[in-house]
Amino acid sequence: MTLAGVERSKRLLALVTLLAVLVGCSEGPTGPVFHDATDPDTLAEWGVFGIESGRLVPREGVVDYELNTPLFSDYAHKLRTVWMPPGTHASYSSEGAFEFPVGTIITKTFYYPLVTEGDRARVLRTSLAKGIEPAGRLVLDQVRLIETRVMVRRVSGWAASTYVWNDAQREARLERAGAVQPLTLVSEGDASTRAQVDFDYVVPDVNQCAGCHATDVKRGSLSPIGLKARHLNREHDYGENGGRANQLEHWRRTGRLRAPGEGLVSAAALPRAAVWNDLSAPLEARARAYLDINCAHCHNRLGPADTSGLSLDASETSSVALGVCKSPIAAGRGTGNRRFGIVPGQPDDSITVYRMASTDPGVMMPELGRALAHDEGVELIRRWIAAWPDGRGCDQRVSNSARHSASASRLSRSQG
Amino acid sequence: MTAFLAVVSNRAVATAVLAVVLGGCASKEEAPVDGDFQRNLQMRLLDAKPGETIEIPAGRYSLDRSLSLRVSGVTIRGAGMNKTVLSFKDQKVGAEGLLVNASDFTLENLAFEDTRGDAVKVNEGERITLRGVRVEWTGGPSTSNGAYGLYPVRTRQVLIEDCLVIGASDAGIYVGQSEDIVVRRNTARLNVAGIEIENSRRADVYDNTATENTGGILVFNMPNLPQRGEGARVFRNKIHGNNTANFGAKGTPVASVPAGSGVVINSNDQVEIFDNDFADNATAHVIISSYFSTGYMTEKGVAEIFDPYPEAIHVHSNRYAGGGDAPDGLDLKALKLAVFGLGGRFPPVLWDGYVDPKKIRAGKLPADLAICVRDAGPVLNADGPGKYRNPRVSAAEYDCRLEPLPPVELKL
Repeated sequence: MTLAGVERSKRLLALVTLLAVLVGCSEGPTGPVFHDATDPDTLAEWGVFGIESGRLVPREGVVDYELNTPLFSDYAHKLRTVWMPPGTHASYSSEGAFEFPVGTIITKTFYYPLVTEGDRARVLRTSLAKGIEPAGRLVLDQVRLIETRVMVRRVSGWAASTYVWNDAQREARLERAGAVQPLTLVSEGDASTRAQVDFDYVVPDVNQCAGCHATDVKRGSLSPIGLKARHLNREHDYGENGGRANQLEHWRRTGRLRAPGEGLVSAAALPRAAVWNDLSAPLEARARAYLDINCAHCHNRLGPADTSGLSLDASETSSVALGVCKSPIAAGRGTGNRRFGIVPGQPDDSITVYRMASTDPGVMMPELGRALAHDEGVELIRRWIAAWPDGRGCDQRVSNSARHSASASRLSRSQG
Repeated sequence: MTAFLAVVSNRAVATAVLAVVLGGCASKEEAPVDGDFQRNLQMRLLDAKPGETIEIPAGRYSLDRSLSLRVSGVTIRGAGMNKTVLSFKDQKVGAEGLLVNASDFTLENLAFEDTRGDAVKVNEGERITLRGVRVEWTGGPSTSNGAYGLYPVRTRQVLIEDCLVIGASDAGIYVGQSEDIVVRRNTARLNVAGIEIENSRRADVYDNTATENTGGILVFNMPNLPQRGEGARVFRNKIHGNNTANFGAKGTPVASVPAGSGVVINSNDQVEIFDNDFADNATAHVIISSYFSTGYMTEKGVAEIFDPYPEAIHVHSNRYAGGGDAPDGLDLKALKLAVFGLGGRFPPVLWDGYVDPKKIRAGKLPADLAICVRDAGPVLNADGPGKYRNPRVSAAEYDCRLEPLPPVELKL
């Protein structure tokens, strides 16, 4: 090699090095990668998202989705995506979570629209989709990214982890022990009158992920919660990738979802949960959809809260199991001096409302996943109980002749 | 002060194989939340392997989040219930101090203070040992204290021994919906319920001290749960001076317990109470009652399948001193006045008198379902079913024997 040649190759090496630095080795893969044994240190290594033109963008093959009624998480907005290895598909179920193939990667990115661009400490309390474009493109200047939770379907089952975004909003790192992020939540409206509240957004640790996603406490294995027919059966804007379409039909059309036999012909015939804040839907349906997604991951007949005898699953038909005139089992001071879960017609006497409205860790329900009360959700359940169709109150007289009257109970303390 | 968190493998011979040095600042007066300690401890719990022992050295540590464990076969061990102290006074997150969802679990020799909710909850698991654990709400009895101290639920093969629980606003030691349980040599003070066995099968509760609670030891069945309980032996306990005013939140089962109760059986079957020392429980040493007497029986809210009648209750060979002289609540005061007069006292054993009408044969319960009380003088039947119009006292009616219940055998 001539001297000039050496110089040239030195320059080339420098250029390559410079390029490597500029592009950044942390950029990682350019498409989704199934990590079959352990969770990588950065979200980028999953390859689910890219950052393009100031936007967090789901990569090719990654489809975003939304739920009819979502879990409340301190007014955070959520970008949900699912990716399945090419050539695979999910299997439909009418009630439970769909069965997904090994290699499936689900993500949920928690973010808030900003009050003003550049100020990431103050975030907006709004039910409107802000800072997001069709097909799940998040405009990074307009939002505060908090965390991206990942669920991956391995051979051994589902595993969950979470990645916390850095201040620059360009990288998210694995935080198995969780984290706390102080935020100021600002209401919409006129700058001079709008309310604001400081709170600690809590990123869960890995065990706390299981606290919700181990929906069958005996088996202990994790499961997705939102990926059920009734939650997904709704329209979604796929932007350039198909415009507005029903999610179940879109998934079927694109080969992501299959059902045995003649299933999935028309989404109109499939289960559909109400949208909790859609005032055109019946109050009962909205309340039950809200309790289903916010409570039933624990409060189902096989869940961690089966110890309470309270089951709030969408399929629950027993009014006692919903809490009607039902004494609590182990609520402790969570009763707030109320006697029954739901007192028909009397929301203020109902433990369910009291615990939903509380932010005390020893009282509040759900136990995890929020530091704030969901005022609008509490109001929904309050109205549902107030409008109870068959009778008010919990009558202590027992009409069945085999049962004795308990109207005068001398061996207990007066509980007036 | 520096704190150490050592992780010891079972195979290692009592030596710390791995010691992580943590920046601790644990002064007794003021303990700022020790974020590094908390994070490292939770990481050890996340990464624990079956067979591992996580040792927490002596020190006072302040935490603001609950801890959790989901790996089976793990031991968490402190240096002593007064030496290794986890304080949750500043807790912001989590309904427990420690939540365990795992089997073959041992927790020993440390303290949990001032959790916002329950202190230690074990939900689902087999072979659970809680030993030498102190749980305390340090401000004394208060409705704002957490509900349960030690709280295994839906567990099998449970041993709770040599623990101390103070100040729970529900039950100090509460075993719920579990099977094969031994609770021994513990002390429960200043709780609403000292020790409570609820909807559980086969429990031995012995050699405990229950004092200054609202009710000393409770054996309850609640409706609307997947598991009905039966079979509890309560023996060789010291149950005295449980006269603390009930500070439980209304609506909880224990809020119905009158202050001054020694042992309360509610809606449970096959309970044997023997060889205990009762003293100075101002309402009654033993109360046998049905769910009707809790005031929670509603038409809409109790599944029809629920059996509210206590049956096959065997109370014998106990020693009683004092008590029964100042019952809690106007109704009980009136009852005492009506039956025993101004200066009188309730006898050691009270029964609310509810009997399942479907099971009555020739005017009484079959012998194997009877309520048998011996060595306690006369029993007061309060006549709940007759609206308390005809309370009556008898020793002869209850002079019967039931087969002794077999001891619980643990295979830990």
